[in-house]
Amino acid sequence: MPLLEIEHLAKAYVTGEERQPVLEDVDLVLDAGETLALTGESGSGKSTLLHLVGALDGFDAGEIRLAGTPLSGLDEAGRARLRLASIGLVFQQFNLVPSLTVAQNLALQARMAGRADPDWLAELGQRLGLSRFADRYPQQLSGGQQQRVAIGRALAARPPLLLADEPTGNLDETTSDRVLELMLELVDDTGAALFLVTHSRQLAGRLDRHLHLSRGRIA
Amino acid sequence: MNGVALATLLSHWRRHPLQLFTLITGLALATGLWTAVQAINAEARASYAEAEAQLAAGRQALLVARDGTIPVDQYVTLRRAGWRVSPVLEGEVEYNGAAVTLLGIDPLTSPLARHLAPTDGEAGLDPLAARRTLFAGPATAERIRSAGTGLQVVVRDAVAPGTAIADIGLAETLLDRPGTLSHLVVLSAQPRGRPPLDAVAPGLTRIEASGAHDARRLTRSFHLNLTALGLLSFAVGLFIVQGTVGLAFEQRRGMFRTLRAIGLPARRLLAIALAELLALALLGGALGIALGYAIAAALVPDVAATLRGLYGAAVDIGLALRPGWIAAGLGMALLGTLLAAAQGLWRLRRLPVLATARAEAATRSNATTLRFQALAGLASLGLAGSVIAGLDGLVAGFVFVAGLLLGAALLLPPALAGMLALGARLARGPVAQWAWADTREQLPGLSLALMALLLALAANIGVGTMVSSFKQTFTGWLDQRLVSELYVTAETDAQGQAIHDWLEPRVDAVLPIRHADTRIDGRPAAIYGIVDHETYRRHWPLLASAPRVWDRVATAEGALINEQFARRAGLAPGDALPLAPGWRLPVVGVYSDYGNPDRQVIVALDALLERFPGVANRQFGVRVAPDRVETLAAGLRDRFGLPARSVIDQAAVKAHSLAIFDKTFLVTGALNVLTLGVAGFAILTSLLTLWTMRLPRLAPLWALGLTRPRLAAMELLRSVALAGLTFLLALPLGLSLAWALLAIINVEAFGWRLPMFLFPGDWLTLGALALLAAALAAALPAWRLYRTPPAELLEVFADER
Amino acid sequence: MNARPKAPVWERRPRREGPGTLGSPRPVRDREVAPTGDPAHARLQKHLATLLAVLLLTAWSAAQAQGFAGLGTAAEGFAVPEPGRALAFPADHGAHPDYRIEWWYLTANLRDGDGRDYGIQWTLFRSALSPGEATGWQSPQAWMGHAAVTLPDDHRFAERFGRGGIGQAGVQARPFRAWIDEWALTSRAGPGQDALDRLRVTAGSPDFAYTLDLEAHGPLVFHGEDGYSVKSEAGQASHYYSQPFYRVSGTLDLPQGPVEVTGQAWLDHEWSSQPLAETQEGWDWFSLHLDDGSRLMGFRLRDTDGDHYTSATWISPVRQVETLSHGAFRAEPLETDRVAGRALPTRWRVRLPVRGIDVTVDAVNPDSWMGTRYPYWEGPVTVTGSHTGRGYLEMTGYE
Ligand SMILES: Nc1ncnc2c1ncn2[C@@H]1O[C@H](COP(=O)(O)OP(=O)(O)OP(=O)(O)O)[C@@H](O)[C@H]1O
Ligand SMILES: [Mg+2]
Repeated sequence: MPLLEIEHLAKAYVTGEERQPVLEDVDLVLDAGETLALTGESGSGKSTLLHLVGALDGFDAGEIRLAGTPLSGLDEAGRARLRLASIGLVFQQFNLVPSLTVAQNLALQARMAGRADPDWLAELGQRLGLSRFADRYPQQLSGGQQQRVAIGRALAARPPLLLADEPTGNLDETTSDRVLELMLELVDDTGAALFLVTHSRQLAGRLDRHLHLSRGRIA
Repeated sequence: MNGVALATLLSHWRRHPLQLFTLITGLALATGLWTAVQAINAEARASYAEAEAQLAAGRQALLVARDGTIPVDQYVTLRRAGWRVSPVLEGEVEYNGAAVTLLGIDPLTSPLARHLAPTDGEAGLDPLAARRTLFAGPATAERIRSAGTGLQVVVRDAVAPGTAIADIGLAETLLDRPGTLSHLVVLSAQPRGRPPLDAVAPGLTRIEASGAHDARRLTRSFHLNLTALGLLSFAVGLFIVQGTVGLAFEQRRGMFRTLRAIGLPARRLLAIALAELLALALLGGALGIALGYAIAAALVPDVAATLRGLYGAAVDIGLALRPGWIAAGLGMALLGTLLAAAQGLWRLRRLPVLATARAEAATRSNATTLRFQALAGLASLGLAGSVIAGLDGLVAGFVFVAGLLLGAALLLPPALAGMLALGARLARGPVAQWAWADTREQLPGLSLALMALLLALAANIGVGTMVSSFKQTFTGWLDQRLVSELYVTAETDAQGQAIHDWLEPRVDAVLPIRHADTRIDGRPAAIYGIVDHETYRRHWPLLASAPRVWDRVATAEGALINEQFARRAGLAPGDALPLAPGWRLPVVGVYSDYGNPDRQVIVALDALLERFPGVANRQFGVRVAPDRVETLAAGLRDRFGLPARSVIDQAAVKAHSLAIFDKTFLVTGALNVLTLGVAGFAILTSLLTLWTMRLPRLAPLWALGLTRPRLAAMELLRSVALAGLTFLLALPLGLSLAWALLAIINVEAFGWRLPMFLFPGDWLTLGALALLAAALAAALPAWRLYRTPPAELLEVFADER
Repeated sequence: MNARPKAPVWERRPRREGPGTLGSPRPVRDREVAPTGDPAHARLQKHLATLLAVLLLTAWSAAQAQGFAGLGTAAEGFAVPEPGRALAFPADHGAHPDYRIEWWYLTANLRDGDGRDYGIQWTLFRSALSPGEATGWQSPQAWMGHAAVTLPDDHRFAERFGRGGIGQAGVQARPFRAWIDEWALTSRAGPGQDALDRLRVTAGSPDFAYTLDLEAHGPLVFHGEDGYSVKSEAGQASHYYSQPFYRVSGTLDLPQGPVEVTGQAWLDHEWSSQPLAETQEGWDWFSLHLDDGSRLMGFRLRDTDGDHYTSATWISPVRQVETLSHGAFRAEPLETDRVAGRALPTRWRVRLPVRGIDVTVDAVNPDSWMGTRYPYWEGPVTVTGSHTGRGYLEMTGYE
């Protein structure tokens, strides 16, 4: 059974009178441990698709199944539980909690899921080069450092699926490469599947698969 | 999951200790002031209840003699005729310079005796001293003991303050009035076939039990007043809480979203946020209760003084931690917090996980809020107006005041926005324009604090105007009414007569001050008898009168009544007034009589003596040339061995009256100042919390070339300007409040209406104070801005997204 | 268990005759008056203090309690009953303010025209804080009156308190008059008669009143040695005499209307300065008018050790008086009723074997509870068995 199955997925945004279809008929399958890059023009609906997969938003038609569980059948609490246990999220904005330290941010999801493994957390910190900053607050870190914390937080609970939306969009090229490298390494080690939205074709090429989104469909 | 989430929420406060401090302080202040008022009220009420249980005055019918005293034989005659009555001998004894009311009772028949029953472990009192025992409340007992009388004093909490109870045999000795009684208490359960009173004791009059408990009734309005002030303080405190809670929710939006995205269900988040709030409310509430206890403890003596001075309610208010007001205080804290956080919680419930700038912008529309506030404010004012037009009474008065204050508070932000818009239009130069516009933009964040300031200022102006008007009236009235140059009090009637005779040839006039305490319509009232003298004709402050008023009083064809009597009984000149069984007189005039809780009547002395032959003849006003006052007073003291306090000149009486007056409004004043302090604090905290949000706005200006000192100065100026505008709006509000207090609430509460005087000097002081408070509040943020390292301002740009 | 007397000092003392009266041997129990330090004694004092508290203010009652510590001692100053003191009348009908306690106690068994039974009680108690009298409020004398009317299905009572010295209450010997408030027991005796031979008694309350005329058809009866009645081995005693021969007629004023009644009455007058022994928890006292013309007064004093002391006076139809010592009179409860929350015997077997008396005594109204400040049971009884008749029963100290 594939980890993620998307069938005939459709989603439109409604603002006021206006209805703007974004995803029209998306089909996609992702196996456990597989890495997938999604590219597409700005505004093509990449982030939207990622949000739907992450059970952060509802869709109009079709179905998303995560490890066989159809998302359409879940209520808000069920979706929250699913995210907590099975999905790691890395966004363009780092989305760290400003009043928690680096170490606390790193462990946040794992702790909430009741899966905090101190050894793994320590290793994550070490490999992401965050050990020195453990007691600092996010504002006291650089952008790359902050994004590394976000990646660590997403992987701390060892989720089977990591969703990343242009994680290095805010970073310079060198930093970006280093952060991505680290992320791929960790994904590899944990055996998580990766669904990465990116603009970089070069990066996309390094993943198992590369798909392109345009006009609401996977090309 | 809950623990981690709660810890995450709480981590915010660790990073923003000032905010936490503000929140807790706001809660503590709100709860504290409220609790203090509740505690004072609860204690005062408890003490009335005790007093009622103690002396049961007014609850039983009494038999009194028309000539003042009842011989013991008459008591025995009544008893042997089947009348079940119990004797009381009442008088004053002086211990350590303070008068104690001594109540001599027969423990065998008195209903009071059960309050004196022994407690465990008291069986071993010294038998020799046993019949020389006084029973008194703790404070009075202490005073008697310290006077070293050799009498045994037993403490009974049930005995009213300032009173001592003794066996009638001891009392007649101490008072030196053997064989006489003051009155008889008619006991319940009278036997059958008892002869009528007239047949047994023709000289006695029966006074029926009064229905209402006078102290409770009289002081009800006072407590209502306090409660209203307490509520006002609470409301002002809540503004602080609202501001900080709102800010804390605002600042944590990102955190909430992150938690949701990670997998915290929305309901769970809401529950945890609620739990956090309640915990904070409990903490703040507990601190508030401690604070309230302290405030109450500080105010209680003044409250007791007020009650005594204004209402004659003798109370010994101790302060005990009562579960009642502790629970009420915590309840108010919780309720208040929830109220203040309602908006934040509502928004949190509807918080979308995915934030887009568009969605955020849609939730807030400054203009809509202002329009809503303006409408609600007008509606509130309309309600207040219609209530006062349609209803009267104390409650209507308070509804009016509440509506007025609420409406004005709601109208403040739109009004200020209007003023600022006008300012922006008139402004010259880009910086000034920016300053006006920016101030206007800042308004939503500051408006709660400014509302608090408005309320506090208005209350201050209103209450201040009321008190000052009262004082001005009172002083004028005293000048008018206290005409006699000297006031003399004799120790006995015989001495009184001797003094009278001695004075007669030496002075212009001796005016006896004699009165009978009685009940009219079941309410306590005093009937004074006066001689016809130009002193009264010229000076007595009449509010309303019939033609030939003084002639008619002099010839016993009419009676004067005081204003409170006239208002409470709805009497006016021309109405008939039943003074005693078979004695009616038309009302011919109404006089103002401030500071007196009771009904008072003035009739011709001869007429009074005819009905009440025994009224004491011990007090005199003496008209004499001012330069002879001192010699005369000295002569009186020498000749009759009178203590200093028995011969008082006019100035001393005035000073004493004014002292009582000042005491009366001390509590009001103290609460007023506290409320103003809270409002000042509200501004300070608002400005401090806004500070973090201000930086991004100031940074571009700094980048454009405005120096930090200049920016700081502008910040300061802005705060002062807002406070100034608020003060301008508070002025009419405060005066309306003063009018309501003087014309509606005081009339209900005290029974007299006072003219309103304006005191612009006080306003100036208050205005200066408000500006100073605003300047001080802005000083810290301004100083921080002044000291902000450029790096921090730069960071603003780095963070800007 | 302990020695707490359940009866207040105000109540009637049992007519306990001294063992020496008939020269019979003393009761075997050799009781001593406990010293002040004895816990039982301390409890007694405390109890008395509590009882009197309401009546006489804290301090007074405390004084009273203190006073019992040195009971009968010269320091107290109270007169002590003495043997051989001849009672002199009419003076001794009056009050004896030098003695601590005194009472005039009248009970009557009455019947109306329809044969319904009624009982009435009229009692005046005197208690002194210190010996002697003074005028006005300074008087140390305090007075208490009890009045009751008992029907088979109704019992009404009232109480009064008053101060000595001012005239509200008192007893004067000549002409004899005992009164508190408007209640009075007044002599209407003619010349040559004893003051108590003809009396009128009145009392009233919100819900009943009575006026009765009493006429004695026999002499005063002196208990003990010419009215010197020894009360204990320790030598405590009282002066005590009775007039048990009254015929009564008069009117009871009841809620249902006035009722004309006739019947018999019994008056006691007793004074002393001494209280109960500390192990005595209460007593059961009987005064019976038997139909054969004889009278019987008997009581049993309930002791905490279960050994009940009894004593009696028997008066023959021809007015011969016989004082009977411990054991001659026996009274045993047969049935109890719950009255005022306690179990009280309302049916008794009463025996006086030397006179062939073996009767059952039944309360006319088991609810004859005197719920006064010092509560006790007092009510009319009927007598059946070897003899028939009527009488009064008093029970104290049941809790
Ligand atoms: N909450 C929303 N309400 C209305 N329209 C939205 C909302 N979110 C996104 N859209 C619209 O949906 C379309 C797809 O947006 P989306 O963010 O998925 O694009 P994207 O492919 O991630 O673009 P980019 O590469 O710039 O991040 C856009 O046209 C956007 O304007
Ligand atoms: Mg995107």
